Amino acid sequence: MSDEEKKKKKKKKKKPQGPNKLKVKERMKLPRQDMSNQEPSVRCKNFDEVPLGFTDEQAFQEALRCLECPKQPCVAGCPVEIDIPGFITLIVAKDVAGAARKIKETNSLPAICGRVCPQEEQCEIVCVTGKNNKPVAIGHLERYVADYERDNKLVKLPEIAPSTGRKVAIVGSGPAGLTVAGDLIKLGHAVTIFEALHKPGGVLVYGIPEFRLPKSIVQAECDFMADMGVDFQLSTVVGKMDTIDELFEMGYDAVFVGTGAGLPRFMGIEGENLIGIYSANEYLTRSNLMRAFDPDDYDTPIIQGKNIAVLGGGNTAMDAVRTGLRLGADNAHIVYRRSETEMPARIEEIHHAKEEGIQFHMLCNPLKFIGDDQNRVKEMECLRMELGEPDDSGRRRPVPIEGSNFIIKADLVVVAIGNGSNPLIPQTTPGLDCNKWGNITVNDDTMATSRKGVFAGGDIVTGGATVILAAGAGRKAARAMHEYLMKEVKK
Amino acid sequence: MPKVVDNRQIGPMIWKMVVETPRLVSKAKAGQFVILRVNEHGERVPMSIAGLDRDKGLLTIVYQVVGKTSALMTTVKVGEEISDCVGPLGLPSHVEKWGTAIVVGGGIGIAPIYPIAQAYKEAGNKVITIIGARSKDLLFYEEEHKSVADELHVCTDDGSYGHHGFVTDPLKKLLDDGVSIGMIMTVGPVPMMKFLSNLTRKYKVPTWVSLNPLMIDGTGMCGGCRVQIGDETKFACVDGPDFDGHLVDFDLLTARLGAYRQQERKAMKHLLGDPGCNLAESVRKFKYPDEQSGTE
Repeated sequence: MSDEEKKKKKKKKKKPQGPNKLKVKERMKLPRQDMSNQEPSVRCKNFDEVPLGFTDEQAFQEALRCLECPKQPCVAGCPVEIDIPGFITLIVAKDVAGAARKIKETNSLPAICGRVCPQEEQCEIVCVTGKNNKPVAIGHLERYVADYERDNKLVKLPEIAPSTGRKVAIVGSGPAGLTVAGDLIKLGHAVTIFEALHKPGGVLVYGIPEFRLPKSIVQAECDFMADMGVDFQLSTVVGKMDTIDELFEMGYDAVFVGTGAGLPRFMGIEGENLIGIYSANEYLTRSNLMRAFDPDDYDTPIIQGKNIAVLGGGNTAMDAVRTGLRLGADNAHIVYRRSETEMPARIEEIHHAKEEGIQFHMLCNPLKFIGDDQNRVKEMECLRMELGEPDDSGRRRPVPIEGSNFIIKADLVVVAIGNGSNPLIPQTTPGLDCNKWGNITVNDDTMATSRKGVFAGGDIVTGGATVILAAGAGRKAARAMHEYLMKEVKK
Repeated sequence: MPKVVDNRQIGPMIWKMVVETPRLVSKAKAGQFVILRVNEHGERVPMSIAGLDRDKGLLTIVYQVVGKTSALMTTVKVGEEISDCVGPLGLPSHVEKWGTAIVVGGGIGIAPIYPIAQAYKEAGNKVITIIGARSKDLLFYEEEHKSVADELHVCTDDGSYGHHGFVTDPLKKLLDDGVSIGMIMTVGPVPMMKFLSNLTRKYKVPTWVSLNPLMIDGTGMCGGCRVQIGDETKFACVDGPDFDGHLVDFDLLTARLGAYRQQERKAMKHLLGDPGCNLAESVRKFKYPDEQSGTE
């Protein structure tokens, strides 16, 4: 695109009536575009991405549905406050690269968020179009513009402010850390990310499978950060190699801790350490980061169960069970102690799992695991549950039905009931306050911890949550860190 | 990427690798471990620290060829780099001045027990060292241990060198003689650590064992390295690798270590059968113990 054309586009954008010539009533009647997916019978045998993305025409048609309403409830519904009508208007104007840049003003990771955000309960649930029709497919459009920009090599480095002379260390390269890095480097601070694993991306690379988030996309986002000047120190475990105090001694002026949840929970029941029982983190790390699904090329082994049972009802559970299916299970079960209504997984993921033939066992809780003479799990004894009064989480508490014991055959079990907080940083950082669950306590407005110059966000603060909430925390932290660096750190 | 400055065979299927990794070495303590990755497509393997040269920033590990990854490690030439060496991981061995401490190293465990013996010595203890292997050619580090130990016992299962018998024999004699012992620390094959712990339990002497379960990230994230310690499940990477030997469920550890045995053998067979693979002749002759009697 030439400069002149760009100027034209910009002018067009500024016109008050916008490029969308349809009347509001007409827009409200347009049908929501469906993103096409890989056929369930095909995709359950491969690790390729399930949704195939919008075509240019679909994206344009879908963008026309946005009412550009003045209240913009969608923006308020987005944890990072993307200018949603703003970027959708640019799609209508056929300036897709401009739309991508508009999103990147507030979200460094659109290709990722467009895929894994629970839009149905954030921006889309409040969409005005959705009052009488289906809401605008904001997530699909976000994914579309990010992919368009990347695939057409239109990604441009943003403007980077002159160096402030201040240095920031970020611990963990997951969504929170990457967001902080992206925001602070643009403001002119020197940024180093320390990552314990050998690839950057945190949960985005070890936790989320290829069929939901291709690793090449995460790598592209990290490469983009590196191009902006972010220094990645991989295979470096802060708290073991250097403590937070030592980072300050090394000349860093502020530290952001985004180490994630990362300490898998187990149920404490009989037989839980038998061979064939994995935490979701281990199972997914073997398959995603260590690419055990590709044994011709990679050396990491993984147990390939014929009957896989995954315990839990979140997105991680869906990821694990669908991975098991793709690795060759004949039967893949979800075992969840509440009913489907209480399941925390995204509706889309549950839907995809069902299409692929995953068997759902609701209101069912394992009592113990039974092994064979080789100490390998062969089955688990479960108890049926019914729902009682709501508990602390607001969800109805599952109550066991006495005598309802039954057996599920399983030679592979994945425990996906959540994570505690990883102790490495709190253990090695004196004066860093944590709550009783070991999560770092912060000021909600600034993400500042009890230690001066140390900020934190993401799952290490909230416990297991979503990518976009971590990114939102990162944005908040970056804003406060910038203020801290400019006011409190003299250079 | 960390540079390999030495990689040599020191026994049948036993190799020693020295890696230049100054920052890691400056932080590491006896009893901790590292995770290595030989190449981009390789496994992450935990390795006990078997020596630290703080002046030169060198880390020593001793490894045995047991599968594809360790076989590939033997092919790394001096001056080449490996993909990763992460650490130091795990908690350092507990060291205090007890008076007399016994360190016991069996098989490949002869190596990591050496820096621990050094640490005990530096803390002012009298150190009695017992090392053992199946036969004379599998023994190594004798000189190193001699330089630290106040008393050194060497054993071979087949009697080809030193005391004919297991490491538990001289240990039992010391215990029977009523030597006052503050701590026993052992690194070695799981059966050895199990028998040793069963023995010392009777004498009520505190006994620590260093466990080396399967592991991926080494930071507590994956939970693959969980071990049963008394009534509790612990993660060897963040709670260990050292545990009270009297509480460890060794049978479960043995089972979990064997989780991928079939897959490992398949990968190894595949590797050894590949004429393009540049493995040392000794590794090409590699056979698992239960295959050794069979014909080619």
